[in-house]
Amino acid sequence: MHVVMITELGHFALILAFGVAIFQMVIPMIGAHRNNPSWMAVAEPAAITQFLLVAISFGALTWAFVTSDFSLQLVYANSHMDKPMIYKISGVWGNHEGSMLLWQLILTLFGASAAVFGGNLPDRLRARVLAVQASIAVAFFAFILFTSNPFLRLAVPPLNGRDLNPLLQDPGLAFHPPFLYLGYVGLSMAFSFAIAALIEGKVDAAWGRWVRPWTLAAWVFLTLGIALGSWWAYYELGWGGFWFWDPVENASFMPWLISAALLHSAIVVEKREALKSWTILLAILAFGFSLLGTFIVRSGVLTSVHAFANDPARGVLILIILAVFLGGALTLFAVRAGSMESKGVFSPVSRESALVLNNVLLAVSCFVVFIGTIWPLVAEMLFGRTLSVGPPFFEAAFTPFMVVLALVLPIGSILAWKRGSLSRATKPLLPWFVLAIALGLLSYAVQSGRSAMGPIGVALGAWVVGGALADIWMRSGRGGWLDRLGRMRRLPRADWGKAFAHMGMGVTIFGIAAMMAWEIEDIRVTDIGDRWDVGQFSFTLDDVRRVEGPNYVTTMADMSVWRGGKQLTVLTPEKRFYPVAKMPTTEAAIRNGILRDIYVVIGDPQVDGGYAVRVYVKPFANWIWGGALLMALGGFVSLSDRRLRVGAASAKKTNMVPAE
Amino acid sequence: MKRLILILCILSGPAFAVEPSEILDDPALEERARELSQGLRCPVCQNETIDESNATLAQELRIVLRERLVAGDTDEEAVTYMVSRYGEYVLLRPDARGANLILWLAAPLMLLLALWVGITAIRRRNIAPEPLSQDEEEALEKILKQ
Repeated sequence: MHVVMITELGHFALILAFGVAIFQMVIPMIGAHRNNPSWMAVAEPAAITQFLLVAISFGALTWAFVTSDFSLQLVYANSHMDKPMIYKISGVWGNHEGSMLLWQLILTLFGASAAVFGGNLPDRLRARVLAVQASIAVAFFAFILFTSNPFLRLAVPPLNGRDLNPLLQDPGLAFHPPFLYLGYVGLSMAFSFAIAALIEGKVDAAWGRWVRPWTLAAWVFLTLGIALGSWWAYYELGWGGFWFWDPVENASFMPWLISAALLHSAIVVEKREALKSWTILLAILAFGFSLLGTFIVRSGVLTSVHAFANDPARGVLILIILAVFLGGALTLFAVRAGSMESKGVFSPVSRESALVLNNVLLAVSCFVVFIGTIWPLVAEMLFGRTLSVGPPFFEAAFTPFMVVLALVLPIGSILAWKRGSLSRATKPLLPWFVLAIALGLLSYAVQSGRSAMGPIGVALGAWVVGGALADIWMRSGRGGWLDRLGRMRRLPRADWGKAFAHMGMGVTIFGIAAMMAWEIEDIRVTDIGDRWDVGQFSFTLDDVRRVEGPNYVTTMADMSVWRGGKQLTVLTPEKRFYPVAKMPTTEAAIRNGILRDIYVVIGDPQVDGGYAVRVYVKPFANWIWGGALLMALGGFVSLSDRRLRVGAASAKKTNMVPAE
Repeated sequence: MKRLILILCILSGPAFAVEPSEILDDPALEERARELSQGLRCPVCQNETIDESNATLAQELRIVLRERLVAGDTDEEAVTYMVSRYGEYVLLRPDARGANLILWLAAPLMLLLALWVGITAIRRRNIAPEPLSQDEEEALEKILKQ
């Protein structure tokens, strides 16, 4: 009786939140138009109420999962009594309906934070931002309630559930969707600010300063979400790939690229009051790509036309949401962008110009991913050709942009604002340039193959990391070594954030190139007791046993890894079977290292004895995700800069303290 | 949840991509086979190469490909054979013929367009600073007269 009440309460809260969102969409907008303070003022309590109601609703659904209430259809389809508690909780968003509720929770959370922390925004701008934010919420409340209601009941509650897909029962994937959604939805704030600014017809430095933290936060979460997903694919799918250019991956990568561009152009708005209309456009596109990503993932249209046809209501509704918001925003942009007068002037050689180039490269590379992702659909609809666009296309068409970006990044990032000098900028970089080339040549000489990818990756990585170090070193001013180190510690957090993020980019480039170029793979059949060599390591298959897990049975192998006669470690790759879902999974065993990962997979027993075994040596694999973490860390550090803190106006006084 | 279909596909067959029994004795030939199969898509999977896939059909394709190479096909001939037999769909790197030209030329054209827009924007910004306003003019005069 009690539990029943909680579910109904959740459902009711969701419907109520829908109503509040409609109210918040309409009233403050009219209030801002008529300059009516009390109408504008309802936006904040409404945003907070909306969030609390969705939180109640989300809590109720979580409660149903935790208590295994199989009278809810969603719980029955995605949970099981024996499932570990953490996966009962992550099961809430491990399905379509629940993940949309999570989306909504985060969307309203951002709205509520804008209401709580937006005290220093002008009243009208705040009212409009919150109204636009509410309009997005209205669209998705309608989507959830009409096509994806998580609170539907089963007439006869079954005794047990069908369990969550075993591959999703994994810590990496438990937290992958929340981070990704924080990123996707975080970009809705940039969108709301852009629309509000277009309605106001005014964009100034302050606008740039308000938009940047939200974009930065969203970008950090996207970075972490994408990295988690890639890491999960690496260890879970059993062959150690980390990126597949899959439509759903691209769906998250496109907003990442555009929001990275937006971050940089917002700096120009904030510091130099230039590139205003372009920045507005990027803010619209960034959220547009988030919506597109949601459409791709939720409708299944790109993975299979049939998946789309199975449930056209969902796909069509998201497509309508996408068309209305993107179409409306772009129309508004076309009408109003002309009035965004930019002020700052700058010479062709300047930080501003470098950031324009950054934007060109990031935006075009995003376009490449976009066209590659939708091309199979276009080719089928317009030209009747059923074809695929896979990794070879993206590697050929996308990589050059990243190479050029990495080449110009160190120079662009130390050019002076307004009017820079190329010779002055390149001088401190020269030693790093020489070092990078030397490292590239060295790795070319040391490697066994003749591939250029590894050495180029080494050189580019070193160049970008070195450039970031040179930048931060230059900022420490003149004088002795110790003085400069001391001053480096007192540099603004934003400077350090920039350095970390750029270094992260260099590290990731290096990791990807090194792993792809120098990976060793070995596939063979081996008996228990056999010994074989892969690269500088030897392996022995010591034993294969059967073990029972909480909700699976597993075949576990003990494999020893040796180097120079010394045993390094024993790895235990598994082949699991989940009886409820009737699905096997491959659990690779990995010895993580800074220089290399050793990655082993156990296969099926062979007909004439022995087991199939795969061994990989993956050099510098962890640098890929290490670089992503460093980028995210850079974002966090920059967010903590007092200039960006939401009380920026009141913090201004402390900024006046004599130059640091 | 993202890769669900792909995952189901992996699990539909014996769970182990390239089987040791498939590997050719000639390492040079095997390396070519691996390289080529990384550019061919498993027709029943979601965006997986036949090199990675565990589906039975992917295994079939791997074996057919190796047979062609053993029979003396060049890389191109082997790929053409696979396309003629399984359709354009298996090519992960779409050819640059017909409508696909749009796909391949999109990036360079877009880059040129973006560079052009960027350069015009930079040029437009690179104008002489605005003339002084009347107040500023007067203030300047005052200072100069002092």
